[in-house]
Amino acid sequence: MATTAVGHEALAAAPGEKTGLWSWITTVDHKRVAILYLIGATVFFFLGGIEALLLRIQLAKPDNNFVGPEFYNQLFTMHGTTMIFLAVMPMSQIFFNYIIPLMIGARDVAFPRLNAFGVWVFLLGGLFLNASFLFGAAPDAGWFGYANLTSKQFSPGMHVDFWMLGLQILGVSSLAAAVNFFVTIINLRAPGMRLMRMPMFVWMSFITMILLLLAFPVITVALILLMFDRFFGTHFFVPAGGGDPILWQHLFWIFGHPEVYILILPAFGIISEVLPVFSRKPLFGYAAMVFSGVFIAFLGFGVWSHHMFSTGMGPIADTFFSLATMLIAIPTGVKIFNWIGTIWGGSLQLKTPMLFALGFIAMFIMGGLSGVMHASPPADLQQTDTYFVVAHFHYVLFGGSIFGLVAGAYYWWPKMFGKLLDERLGKIHFWLQLIGFNLTFFPMHMVGLHGMPRRVYTYPKGLGFDGMNQMETVGAFILAAGFAVMLYNIWKTWRTAPPAPADPWNGATLEWSIPSPPQEWNFPEIPTVTGRDPLWEAKRQRGGPLPEPQRVSGQGIHMPAPSYWPLVTALSLPLLFTGLMLASKIGPWGIFIGVATLFFGIYNWLFEPSYTSIPGVRGKAHH
Amino acid sequence: MFLGSRVTRRLSWLIPLLALVVIAACAKDFPQTTLAPKGDLARIEDDLFYTTVKWATLVFILVEGALVYAIFRFRGKPGDAEPPQVHGNTIVEIIWTVIPALILVMIAVPTVKAIFKENETPRGTPLTVEVIGHQWWWEFRYPEFNLTTANELHVPVGRIISLKMGAFDVVHSFWLPEFAGKRDVFPNRETRLWFNAEEPGEYSGQCAEFCGIQHARMAFRVVAMPPADFQGWLDHMKSITVRSAAGPQADSVHTSTAGGAVQQDNKAAPQAPGAAADSAKLAPAQAQTPQVAQGQKLFLMKGCVGCHSLVAYNAPKGLLGPNLANVGARSYIAAGTLPNTDENLAHWIRFPQEVKHGVLMPNLGVTEEEAKALVAFLRTHR
Repeated sequence: MATTAVGHEALAAAPGEKTGLWSWITTVDHKRVAILYLIGATVFFFLGGIEALLLRIQLAKPDNNFVGPEFYNQLFTMHGTTMIFLAVMPMSQIFFNYIIPLMIGARDVAFPRLNAFGVWVFLLGGLFLNASFLFGAAPDAGWFGYANLTSKQFSPGMHVDFWMLGLQILGVSSLAAAVNFFVTIINLRAPGMRLMRMPMFVWMSFITMILLLLAFPVITVALILLMFDRFFGTHFFVPAGGGDPILWQHLFWIFGHPEVYILILPAFGIISEVLPVFSRKPLFGYAAMVFSGVFIAFLGFGVWSHHMFSTGMGPIADTFFSLATMLIAIPTGVKIFNWIGTIWGGSLQLKTPMLFALGFIAMFIMGGLSGVMHASPPADLQQTDTYFVVAHFHYVLFGGSIFGLVAGAYYWWPKMFGKLLDERLGKIHFWLQLIGFNLTFFPMHMVGLHGMPRRVYTYPKGLGFDGMNQMETVGAFILAAGFAVMLYNIWKTWRTAPPAPADPWNGATLEWSIPSPPQEWNFPEIPTVTGRDPLWEAKRQRGGPLPEPQRVSGQGIHMPAPSYWPLVTALSLPLLFTGLMLASKIGPWGIFIGVATLFFGIYNWLFEPSYTSIPGVRGKAHH
Repeated sequence: MFLGSRVTRRLSWLIPLLALVVIAACAKDFPQTTLAPKGDLARIEDDLFYTTVKWATLVFILVEGALVYAIFRFRGKPGDAEPPQVHGNTIVEIIWTVIPALILVMIAVPTVKAIFKENETPRGTPLTVEVIGHQWWWEFRYPEFNLTTANELHVPVGRIISLKMGAFDVVHSFWLPEFAGKRDVFPNRETRLWFNAEEPGEYSGQCAEFCGIQHARMAFRVVAMPPADFQGWLDHMKSITVRSAAGPQADSVHTSTAGGAVQQDNKAAPQAPGAAADSAKLAPAQAQTPQVAQGQKLFLMKGCVGCHSLVAYNAPKGLLGPNLANVGARSYIAAGTLPNTDENLAHWIRFPQEVKHGVLMPNLGVTEEEAKALVAFLRTHR
């Protein structure tokens, strides 16, 4: 890694930022990759949101006919799949990509082209999955695709094919990112940043990478078995052929439960950054926060069957999985108490990111408590597969993950785009979201306990579900209005706000020491770290704010060369899987084209020089 | 003690979630609620639910309270001095690790007890009922009496009902909120559940595992009857069959042709041999009106008989459609989709794909007149 300093004496002719479509197609800059994730995740998030609104309109009154059962089942399947794989996970990726290298004082990630490959695979995988709508064949068997409903016999169309192949594509993207950030965090930390000095967001991300590395192979195996069942006539999950639908449930949830922590740990990390900064006080109980995160992740692999209490596993298995699940409440509680300990005695500035972080704590407590309720198998026999569970996981994944990610968006937006978002609009967004969220999801607890199962396209009059469902639909639109305000905020400040300073919030971590947005190489000089809040220490030593950092020419800094081979290689996956889907109609040609593209892409990738000496100019291989 | 009497347990709702209790209190407005248990198993589940709710409420008040207090108490103003830079406090951290652990023990102990109670084999001589989930209706068999019925399960009050469950096609979940909670049913394994009904009445349940396009329309009723009435019902169900068997034989050529046509339409699973012939023994005892006679003929001609049996006793297995032996007396049709009125039944017979899109029963081109005749005929099966 290039650690030679250029110094702050800016050279006269600083090269301009690279612009234009081609610069984006060939980019390997982690910050641009993050922005590609941002664009993709935002589009898919709004798609998933529109799907949710359609679901809510359909359920607004009993025996409604707004969308038929066919389309409703597609909508709820795609809403779940989209929000998990195409919205929340890539939203975390925005911050992994943009912020981790800045926080650890690195100029880029360990594998820049793998990083670009990851974002292209994600974008193409998302398009592949959503292209199913164009053929009227959107997945319709639920986001956990329970066998044997997904078998060829009971799902003869292409719906399930799109789902299982789309998820395989997205899995490649997640694994690429996991390898990359695991290595980046291990190897590229600035001098002096020991593991126990890493910012909490980096720690939580690091744990997320380990979860990704261990969980995604399992779902990949399950999807490949399903693919063999559907395309090649095997019987892994087909009871008529001796297979077992329960096998799918185990494989799916061995992935699916760690997946929950993959979705929430990055948000834990984000609010662990936001709370100290806006309390002007360091994170309370740093070591306990680290170890509780590790403990949660470890236990997360031993609780999968709590999704399956209703299958009748017997008292011993029920007891084991119940107690293991309850144990998770302890480290989770420790985290919540430490967050409250962080704001306790602080000097709170209720700026928008802080409001969302506090909202996160308040809502996540609710989600955690309802989680303990259905950790009790006998109680869960009433709650599972009802709207009570829908309420629970939305309190965790919306009240938790989304609130945390939105806090991160308001917090890091000035760093990423050089514009502060408007505070007044931000606060309107917060209150709309808080009220809309609770109005949408709190009644779901009640309607579930009163007997409404989930995944039903309608419900009859007379069961008493009407009023609460109406309330939920109203809440969903208020929630949507909140995000509309956020979009307006972005649009408005983009046009009119003055450039943001490097350190608008009095930040504690390294990303606030460099210009907003950072230059391609992030740090002209790699910083040396001596503590957990390096920037606060620097300011304290200086006795006041640091001078505004200058933009420099970057002469002499080695940066990775741009490359389009990651995109070519990424293209091969949807080609390959489209070929597989069409093989029965057009023969194996599509598969050949996909495989050829894959090898062509990887071959050229391997033999391409990876570093350039001057930014923007191809040079010799560095190593 | 905090976990005291039933009254305090109900009261613990009041404090934080007033709205919630208002809704919970009027359980009669929620005929499918889990919060008003009427059987032993549901009561075990409900007790545990209230145990968790109590502790959750306590934790909710304390933690959310601390959070809200801290937000108001420590709100800073611009220009405030830097607050004390506290990094942690080992004693406090140990305390708030241990207290949640103790609370969890308070939940875990009753949980484990309840798990074993719930899995115990019910005492006494239970009445065994076989439950078979189909896309999208429920088949109930009483092996003791060799009786079959569908979508409406009759049980005697006071006796343990032991359910042996399976699925015909995909995974479903049998959910009976007021008596038992739910248990998934699988095509390749037997799962079990038990319940007892304390009071006579009609109770509702429905499928809780997503099972395809009409998962939402897969409900069932449980009719709990005093033991004497239940015995009467059993005798009646058998007698339907005896009287039917004595009736005139239907033309078996018509029967099998009609059945075959439906099967082709549906790419259906195999039909038990002899089902159609059995079903054809279907003359009701009372004097037939011409309309009923026409209905009987149409039942064969239109192919209904290919999927539906009209005998409850020793009924054929593996049919695609629900058993109709007592359809005339059921309170709902199409697995809880419509109340069983003449009008609804006629509409359902004519346009099943409009009423319950995707259901295996095709639109058979039944005219209004024919539907009326079929309804008249089916009404005699009660």
